[in-house]
Amino acid sequence: MSNPVLRVENLQTWFHGKKGISKAVDGVSFEVGRGEILGLVGESGSGKSITGFSILRLLDAPGRVEGGRILFQGQDLLALKEEEMRAIRGRRIAMIFQDPMMTLNPVLRIETQMVETILVHEKVSRQVAWERCRDALGMVGIPSPEERLKAYPHQFSGGMRQRVAIAMALLHRPELIIADEPTTALDVTIQSQILARVQGLAREFGMSLVWITHDLGVVAGLANRVAVMYSGRIVESGPVDALLDNPAHPYTQGLLGSIPANIPRGEPLRPIRGMTPPPLLRPSGCAFRTRCDFATDACLAEPEPTARALAGGLARDWRCFHPRHDRSAA
Amino acid sequence: MNSPANSAAPLVSAEGVSLRFTRPLDLAEKLARRIGVKVDNPVVHAVDGVDLEIRPGEVVGLVGESGCGKSTIGRVLAGILPASDGVVSWKGKALADLAPAEARAARLAAQMIFQDPMSSLNPRKRVIDIIGEAPVYHGIIQRREKEAYVSALMERVGLDPSFLQRYPHQFSGGQRQRIGIARALAVKPRFLVCDESVAALDVSIQAQILNLFMELRRELDLTYLFISHDLGVVRHISDRVVIMYLGRVVESAPAADLFDRPNHPYTAALLREVPRLDARHRNFTPIEGEIPSPINPPSGCHFHPRCPHAFARCSAERPALREIAPNHLSACHLNDRGQPLPAGLHAG
Ligand SMILES: Nc1ncnc2c1ncn2[C@@H]1O[C@H](COP(=O)(O)OP(=O)(O)OP(=O)(O)O)[C@@H](O)[C@H]1O
Ligand SMILES: Nc1ncnc2c1ncn2[C@@H]1O[C@H](COP(=O)(O)OP(=O)(O)OP(=O)(O)O)[C@@H](O)[C@H]1O
Ligand code: SF4
Ligand code: SF4
Ligand SMILES: [Mg+2]
Ligand SMILES: [Mg+2]
Repeated sequence: MSNPVLRVENLQTWFHGKKGISKAVDGVSFEVGRGEILGLVGESGSGKSITGFSILRLLDAPGRVEGGRILFQGQDLLALKEEEMRAIRGRRIAMIFQDPMMTLNPVLRIETQMVETILVHEKVSRQVAWERCRDALGMVGIPSPEERLKAYPHQFSGGMRQRVAIAMALLHRPELIIADEPTTALDVTIQSQILARVQGLAREFGMSLVWITHDLGVVAGLANRVAVMYSGRIVESGPVDALLDNPAHPYTQGLLGSIPANIPRGEPLRPIRGMTPPPLLRPSGCAFRTRCDFATDACLAEPEPTARALAGGLARDWRCFHPRHDRSAA
Repeated sequence: MNSPANSAAPLVSAEGVSLRFTRPLDLAEKLARRIGVKVDNPVVHAVDGVDLEIRPGEVVGLVGESGCGKSTIGRVLAGILPASDGVVSWKGKALADLAPAEARAARLAAQMIFQDPMSSLNPRKRVIDIIGEAPVYHGIIQRREKEAYVSALMERVGLDPSFLQRYPHQFSGGQRQRIGIARALAVKPRFLVCDESVAALDVSIQAQILNLFMELRRELDLTYLFISHDLGVVRHISDRVVIMYLGRVVESAPAADLFDRPNHPYTAALLREVPRLDARHRNFTPIEGEIPSPINPPSGCHFHPRCPHAFARCSAERPALREIAPNHLSACHLNDRGQPLPAGLHAG
């Protein structure tokens, strides 16, 4: 990809604990182009959130980025001073969390927090800032925004609170948004409303998005590309259609076999056996080998990413010694 | 999946069942009352005149958005919560009319499996007691048979019986859900109410548990009310699907009919908006508006403020749930207009 907005190279984020080092993120690399939506999927504990926090440098001790580079518009975020990072965080890269109260302050009116957010970064009058806040609330579908600006967070429903958090993330028209499961806790019709707004805004302003979720259905509808994480690594990535229709990695195949939509009604699903090991107990070599039906002795070594170019300048890659996608008979 | 004969008498049924909760006053309301303002406790219409029949051997999926009353009706049908109005029957007899011994048997025969196994398992008890206590207490087995009985059940739900003496925190989420299932099975139930039983699990673990539910159903001839907000899961395992909106049943049909030919505008919207693997690069076109509060639900049809097809009668009169095709019930005034449904309603 030429000039990606974000390029993560071999990111390593570790937690130093009493029992040893948990390598929560262990060599993650990916890119996001301008206006592109990347779905970052994987099961609980695979390292999705820690990847997101690492990019924004929001990790708390004992978590630490131990290696790799995070290039945002060509600039390595890991090399910046904290005050330089503050100028980027919220303004050029924003994060939306599953729990909107991570963004909202419960004791301040929405108006106060939103206006302050603008005034911290920009020299504009309070009136201009207020008008921008009103328009931002309108844009995410909050009715009568003038009145709602005066409310406190607890006076909104969960779905409305999430919209306010999204409106705040959009205030500065960031170049990149990292969204960590922002609709997981919401009902289908409310989720759909939020996805519609986010999609529209991304198109309108050419924003890039990393959308973290465990819901492959959301990824199918929203994203251009997908990266699948398992146990601290990206095991496969590629354009949505190629990856969902023709998965290369046995883990991706297993995920798809676990979803009822892919199996005739009432027939047994084809789950992956066993469960994801915590990072401390990650097997050597291919981390998936203890659950994989295709493992051989070769898998005792660590598979490196293998890339293949697709038509139209797209590419996909996987980390597996025995990829499945060529065996269309299976 | 072979669907049980529709003529079979229901195992469990609800007729005109309502359940109202009185919400405690908040601080402002308490203060207002103290200075002499008349303040009534707000009443939540959690379940509002629900008719529902579940036949022996049937898997009924119950779907609806947060707060629409799914758990409440599930608890009422399991005999845990008494209804404010209406009649709940077990094998055709009103629960209220059962003799004490019959009532006890009915209570044991209906068991619930919850979303969060951690909060429903006693953390200070060992697995052998969590699973084995109730069957001993109810005289289903002798105390000396307990270990063998619990071991067999653990094996049946896919747990290693050598973990008999462990505590719940020593298991993963999926394993704890298996403990919850074994505990329910221990009293030999006929009817299981599964309330979001796989919602908290990762998809690969969720698939393992769903397979277990399907096997148990075949082997033990169980009947399920399967409550879930996940339409994909419900479609996969249900014979019949019931859709609720704000305390009421709005549609009920055999699973294939409901997904292929939804009748109610709310069902149609839900099916259109649920994320699907085969719906790529979509333009999301949601129905607007929020889910209204059950404290002060809209008049007439509860869906009318959000319904794209609403007309005058919808805000004035509650639509009755009635049969619009064999075994297909829907509560929408459009069905009385004697004209074809608006375009798009049949789009699954
Ligand atoms: N504070 C911490 N101390 C030690 N290990 C941690 C800490 N926070 C996270 N981890 C480890 O990092 C791994 C990745 O966690 P992360 O929160 O990124 O997972 P995730 O993919 O976002 O999962 P989920 O879908 O559940 O949100 C976990 O397996 C966990 O063991
Ligand atoms: N014990 C209670 N006291 C007061 N109100 C209650 C009580 N239990 C439930 N409610 C209210 O009744 C309504 C229906 O709740 P219920 O738990 O049945 O919904 P649900 O469909 O199961 O929702 P969810 O999908 O979130 O589990 C909600 O508005 C809820 O707040
Ligand atoms: S590298 Fe080997 S163990 Fe790992 S996913 Fe591929 S086949 Fe399975
Ligand atoms: S009764 Fe009226 S408001 Fe209700 S679903 Fe039917 S058309 Fe819409
Ligand atoms: Mg996470
Ligand atoms: Mg519930």
